Amino acid sequence: MSRRKNRFLYDFLRDPAAIAGAVIMLVFTAAAVLAPLLAPQDPYDLEILELGDSLKPPAWEADGDPQFLLGTDDQGRDILSTILYGLRTSLSVGFSVMLLAGSFGVLVGLLAGYYGGVLDAVTMRTADTVFAFSTTLLAILFLGLFKQSGVGIVILAICIADWVRYARTMRASVLEVKEEAYITAAKATGANDVHLLLVHLLPNALPPIFVIMAVDLAAIIMLEATLSFLGVGVPITKPSLGMMIASGKNYIYAGCWWLIVFPGATLVLFVLGLNLFADWLREELNPRIQRSR
Amino acid sequence: MFTYLTRRLIQGVIVLLAVSFVCFIIFRYMGDPVISMAGQYATAAERDEIRKIFGLDQPPYVQYWRFLTNALHGNFGISYETRLPALGLILERIPASAELAVSAMVFAFTVGVGLGVLVSVNPQAWLSRAIMAGSLGGISIPTFLIGILLIMVFAVQLGILPPFGRGETVKLGDWWSTNFLSLDGLEHLVLPAFTLGMYQLAVLLRLTRSGMREVLTTEYIKTAWAKGLSPARVVFKHALRNVMIPVITVAGLQFGDLIAFSLVTETIFQWPGLGNLLLTSLYESDQPVIVTYISLVAVFILTINIVVDSLYALLNPKIRYG
Repeated sequence: MSRRKNRFLYDFLRDPAAIAGAVIMLVFTAAAVLAPLLAPQDPYDLEILELGDSLKPPAWEADGDPQFLLGTDDQGRDILSTILYGLRTSLSVGFSVMLLAGSFGVLVGLLAGYYGGVLDAVTMRTADTVFAFSTTLLAILFLGLFKQSGVGIVILAICIADWVRYARTMRASVLEVKEEAYITAAKATGANDVHLLLVHLLPNALPPIFVIMAVDLAAIIMLEATLSFLGVGVPITKPSLGMMIASGKNYIYAGCWWLIVFPGATLVLFVLGLNLFADWLREELNPRIQRSR
Repeated sequence: MFTYLTRRLIQGVIVLLAVSFVCFIIFRYMGDPVISMAGQYATAAERDEIRKIFGLDQPPYVQYWRFLTNALHGNFGISYETRLPALGLILERIPASAELAVSAMVFAFTVGVGLGVLVSVNPQAWLSRAIMAGSLGGISIPTFLIGILLIMVFAVQLGILPPFGRGETVKLGDWWSTNFLSLDGLEHLVLPAFTLGMYQLAVLLRLTRSGMREVLTTEYIKTAWAKGLSPARVVFKHALRNVMIPVITVAGLQFGDLIAFSLVTETIFQWPGLGNLLLTSLYESDQPVIVTYISLVAVFILTINIVVDSLYALLNPKIRYG
């Protein structure tokens, strides 16, 4: 086991793209968690907002104010602070969906893969259908129809379709692991189903899920931004990268590029970091490519 | 094959029934159809009148049955906002959406598959590495941001391409209007088509590359090289043809994504298509239009899925469905 771990670390340290991805993930996550300490201003404290400070360019531009490093928006909010708080929203939606949809999907996939039969047929056909309708489309329709805004309902809307990814991957993985000799052996020793599922199948079928988790987190964060951009996502009282870009769009002809470029770059860089890491993880865990190395 | 197709069709019908049920719930219980149709200031008597005319006073299962038969006859009711038949409103938007989607797909397919082949044939070249890095960027930028950045650069800064609308269109026949036949129409198409195609392009590139990477190491490709066939023949005829089956299947199965992202694209570029109509209807709670949209999209996606799956089974001799 320890040799395998070393191998993992060794491969990781040799791959600059994987390191870059991991560093971006860590730095952005830390920035989001520590936002209240790092941000120069609480962007949603209405008391301190001054309309006179609105639409200031970044500090290094001619009309910039050193107090606002990346400039201010149309309400006089500090862009840097709003981005930090927006990242918090992105991450809390991202991790909540990943955990909720992930554990539900893994459970369904585990049962469907192990028991097969009607359960398997029904869940997989449901999964096909949900997948065909696209997570994005279902979330837009759900949120647009219910008109309730809140972080919780956004999480729910994304979960409705997102569990499918996990269920399918888990099922495929269980079908493979199920045939292994140690499962047959465990059965022969009279292990009951619960023991077999939780102790033998679950841990051994889990690795492909890790790859899905990284890709999925990136997808959820992009989706949350898209929903907020369209005006069906988190409420306007919550900071969100997507909403920052949507309101920046109104000032596109006024030349206020910083309203879009900074939150946009934050979003892309974070998602890119996740994708870089996921790419590495996929290759690392893929036995077919491993052998040819 | 026949059994397989029958089974898929039965599944499709079950899904459509489920969708119609959801649609009925949306129409009947989300928002009050009586107030929407009679107006806010209608008297109690007028409301009862409306309730009777539209059968809203009958038990729910009767209403559902009526809703279902009406929908099958193409009667989805009248839009609350415009007072026009919902189906007509939807149909009139189809040309704009279809042309945008087709342009985006053609662009994504030619460039995506082309670059995928290029990258897989010579994986170590710096150009290939640059393309792969770019494709990772491509899947990391959300569609709405691509659209806005393109507007910022090409419409606001450079002022060479129009930022919104469909521009000048040419009428073809009774109800189709096209962007393809006028310079102004084509100019308006460039930015939205690029925006919508970008995500698919990156996905197709990566799919083609990973498929090619696997196929190029197989025995039959080695045989083809050993026979002394030209590189073009080996790559395109022998390798790519086999890679295209899964690539097209995946692209076909992600049709729902194309619809979702065209919704986003149409909103940014104020493109007068279906997605734009849906979003406005959602804001206005115009249930008949929403329900019509969902029903048509469901039929469309399911049809595409069944066709793609059947073609897959037909083209791939390794797969034989019982």
